[in-house]
Amino acid sequence: MDFYFGLGQLIGVHTLLGLSAYIVLLTGQVSLAQAAFFAVGAYAAAMLTVLTGWHIVPALGVGSFLGAVTACAVGFPALRVKGLMLVIATLAFGEGVRLLFFNFDYQVAKGDLKVGPLGGEGFRQIRFFPEHGWTTGEVMLFIWVFVGGVMALLWWFDRSRYGAVLRAVGEDELAAQSVGLSLTAVKVSAMTVGGAIAGLGGGLYAHYTTHIEHASFNILMATFAIAYPIVGGLRNVFGTLAAVLFVQAFLVEGLRGLGDWRNLLFGALIVLSMNLRPHGLFGRRGA
Amino acid sequence: MLELRAVSRYFGGVRAVDGLDFTVNQGEIVGLIGPNGSGKSTIVNLVAGLFPLTQGEIRFNQQPLEDIPVHQRLQLGIARTFQNIRLFGQLSVWQNLWVAQNSPEDRSRRGFFSRWLGGQTQVREEIAQLLEFSALGHKQSELAANLSFGEQRRLELARALAARPKLLLLDEPAAGMNAEEIGQLRQRILDLRARGITIVLIEHVMELVMGVTDRIAVLNFGQKIAEGTPAQVQNDPAVKKAYLGGA
Repeated sequence: MDFYFGLGQLIGVHTLLGLSAYIVLLTGQVSLAQAAFFAVGAYAAAMLTVLTGWHIVPALGVGSFLGAVTACAVGFPALRVKGLMLVIATLAFGEGVRLLFFNFDYQVAKGDLKVGPLGGEGFRQIRFFPEHGWTTGEVMLFIWVFVGGVMALLWWFDRSRYGAVLRAVGEDELAAQSVGLSLTAVKVSAMTVGGAIAGLGGGLYAHYTTHIEHASFNILMATFAIAYPIVGGLRNVFGTLAAVLFVQAFLVEGLRGLGDWRNLLFGALIVLSMNLRPHGLFGRRGA
Repeated sequence: MLELRAVSRYFGGVRAVDGLDFTVNQGEIVGLIGPNGSGKSTIVNLVAGLFPLTQGEIRFNQQPLEDIPVHQRLQLGIARTFQNIRLFGQLSVWQNLWVAQNSPEDRSRRGFFSRWLGGQTQVREEIAQLLEFSALGHKQSELAANLSFGEQRRLELARALAARPKLLLLDEPAAGMNAEEIGQLRQRILDLRARGITIVLIEHVMELVMGVTDRIAVLNFGQKIAEGTPAQVQNDPAVKKAYLGGA
């Protein structure tokens, strides 16, 4: 059963990662920086629980906040460029953050043990859950409370004027400006919300894996972040969840029995799904 | 109200607008006509702020517009429609109007949370009035992309009105419309003037331009070749030669 709970944790955290890119994609921006915001949240929350003994909930709050602040800071300069230029700019930023953590040492003695981030070795002993006796199932439920909360928030956004404004900017920037919408304000706000979601996801990720290192937050994770909402479709938040289930539960775990064929099928099935559902698993309205 | 002084806009070697002086007074309906490529839409884009002037100055209610970005010009009271309809096709008719409520009154009336995160009775009432004005009430939940051409034109006009403009720039609003729709558009334009909205009308449908405008400026190769009442312009030899045709 623990296997399924573990899978549930992974799916929950990856859903948050995908949702962080979902809100940015609504404004028509493709950001490869989501893994970096995820990393900021992961390191920040883990350092607070491990080094200072904070409870995980406020630590996640701080991780999420720092993810948002980083995203906001990146948003202002990065969103002056569009399309492929933005992809490259955010990719460069993501790599910069990864290399920062590659060189980040901050260890303190805790009993016999030295704990904290140790450059390329990563950050081990993030043991809040085991130390507090949480079972795998409880951790999964804890993660899904946040996933549910974020999905509900984004669902509400989608029904609010804010959601319509995001989609208006994503659809036609020129018309959006002409009806009085500030592109910078809209895009940076979406980036900031996305950063907060990624930071939260990162904090949860750090604690359920108990070990993080710079290599986890690489271009592959950034690609997954934007692939989920694109494969799932931007009609609503459930598309992203469906895509995470499709990729992590079906393609990665469900096909494990196929051995080496799985890797081959992984790419082929994603291509096939996008051909059969070009607007995503939950395609856009009117498509 | 709107004043263009020696305005020029060059695209490389092309002089799209060349040393134009043009004034629009409060409450007027002014027509801008001329052959394709004469600079009419460029003028709308310059006033709306889509690209900077090469030379000259544009003032709106005595305020220079030069450093004011596009979205803030709308808050001054300048709204526009597009020659090629640019609606938010994947938003509903209602949402298209909702996102366009960005006038200073709308912004100050609504608190941060209510403005961004929910609708209000007054917001709904105003949108209902706009839907009624543009005869789109029965289509309010329809995606804008699924509307007929004429309906899309009406929605674009309603979307511009959602910002409570003082000056409305209409860029070929009758293009592609049938005679009945043009008649309805003419009535709408007159209704808007009766509400105190100043209108600049760019149009090729002469029946509409001659029927509703107080004054017409005629452009050719980016320069103004004539200006006057519809009757004066119609009888101007230079205008006949460059645009209207006939003896």
